[in-house]
Amino acid sequence: MRSRTLSLFFLPFFAAIPAIAQTAAATPASGAPVTQDQIAALQKAVQNAQSAGDNAWMLVSAALVLLMTGPGLALFYGGLVRKKNILGTMMQSFAMMGLVTIIWAICGYSLAFGHGNSFIGSFEHMFLRGVGLTPNPDYAATIPEQTYMVYQLMFAIITPALITGAFAERMKFSAMAVFLSLWSLLVYCPMAHMVWGVGGLLNASGHMIPSLDFAGGTVVHVTSGVSALVTCIYLGKRIGYPHTNMPPHSMVLSFIGACLLWVGWFGFNAGSALAASPLATSAFINTHFAAAAAAFGWVVAEWIHNGKPTALGAISGAVAGLVAITPASGFVQPFAALAIGVVAGAFCSFMVFAVKSRLGYDDSLDAFGVHGAGGTLGALLTGLFATSAINAVYGKGVPTGAFEGHWGQMLNQAAGAGIAWGISIVGTLILLFVVDKVIGLRVSPEQESAGLDLTQHGEEGYDLNS
Amino acid sequence: MLKIEAILQPSKLDAVKDALLEAGIEGMTILEARGHGRQKGHTEFYRGREYTVDLLPKVKIELVILDDLKEKAIQAIVGAARTGRIGDGKIFVSRIDEAIRIRNDERGETAL
Repeated sequence: MRSRTLSLFFLPFFAAIPAIAQTAAATPASGAPVTQDQIAALQKAVQNAQSAGDNAWMLVSAALVLLMTGPGLALFYGGLVRKKNILGTMMQSFAMMGLVTIIWAICGYSLAFGHGNSFIGSFEHMFLRGVGLTPNPDYAATIPEQTYMVYQLMFAIITPALITGAFAERMKFSAMAVFLSLWSLLVYCPMAHMVWGVGGLLNASGHMIPSLDFAGGTVVHVTSGVSALVTCIYLGKRIGYPHTNMPPHSMVLSFIGACLLWVGWFGFNAGSALAASPLATSAFINTHFAAAAAAFGWVVAEWIHNGKPTALGAISGAVAGLVAITPASGFVQPFAALAIGVVAGAFCSFMVFAVKSRLGYDDSLDAFGVHGAGGTLGALLTGLFATSAINAVYGKGVPTGAFEGHWGQMLNQAAGAGIAWGISIVGTLILLFVVDKVIGLRVSPEQESAGLDLTQHGEEGYDLNS
Repeated sequence: MLKIEAILQPSKLDAVKDALLEAGIEGMTILEARGHGRQKGHTEFYRGREYTVDLLPKVKIELVILDDLKEKAIQAIVGAARTGRIGDGKIFVSRIDEAIRIRNDERGETAL
């Protein structure tokens, strides 16, 4: 069975064929005992096969996660703004694809995943020094470290891009570029290191505060959502909010964007298994189930509340469910994912309908209501539903989540979310203050009413007369 | 010569156009418009926020006709555009002093 799988796997690889043929055919024919060399060759072939499978899946996953930012998030957010701001909004996501990539290559990856202290990595991998095509067993023993590096880069890209939803339609492009570039260094890298980095404070396999975060509920969604809240309060409301109508200019674009987010999220969550393993399947199913259940939860809540099930409600709910399942996706059973989804859909719709208007902040596209609130909820629910049957982080059969009897996990989860809140509030406030003093955050009122497309980029999204 | 301006529900445009053609009126200009009369508009919901949309999409047709086609044109428009509900639109009739065909400088009724 094993040798058949192997030969199937290696059929296309010219180099490997002679080796396989030797181990499979030569041994029984001669009747001689198997030599150490042959065992070593077989082990090497097994490793190569696993590496080929895992690497294929991880490269696809990396591409899927990039698909979430552009076009996914760009379309989702772009459709929700007024039409004079669509290019400005899409450019904010796209700018992250460029800027964060450069930062990541220079020092971001090193600060997040280098050997540092409990809070941040080091400069050992600056300019990707030592990040080659051999695996780094600290993180993923079967894929080239460059695959791991580029996969993590895609997370670093989407996280600041999510924040742009809170300050839509009113920030200077220059200020946005500087603010979010620095944010990725000051907030994202330390948080990623704490949760996933070797020796990180919150690393689930570490010995300090094992906070479970499979695919970035705290690292990506709590940090971006809370920073979004801080930014929209610091920046103030859009001119005319909340009295002027500011409806989405194209629900169709948002709809396409949200569906691309859903598909891309399979790479985000299932890819976080870092291998084409059964755990990846588990995360894949959970991701899909939670999105479906949350779309249902949001729409039902809205139907009761406003009397109509809206398209925007359905897609917002799906995104909320995807956010909430992110930390839990590799730790829970499918029915727990359904439960997490329904709760997330109802809870996030409440945050968006009731809490936002009660408190009066202008989180324009609900980056906090969906990512901050959904991410925090997901972090806590992960502690509730995590089970050693799916992912035995503490050892086989050792209780993982609260429902298995390990209630202490709830404290670990709260600590993880709390630290994400703290670092986001402090880091974002410092950066906003500095960038506001040096560049100025907001466009002028005249520019705001003319729109970001014309005033920041000298272009228009729609020119139907040309 | 008379000018007939009619503001209609966009969904009624095709029926009105056909009725006018049937009544022997061939030239017309169509404008996409927004507006409201007593109908006032409707509400939309986006993420729980209620938006009042008071300017609704309408279509305005303009035609200039001979005086004796007036009743025929009005009957055609009313017959095709009426649903009996608020928001069906209005027709305005006014007098036209001069008409000029740009192609050959024809003037008056022959230019129509």
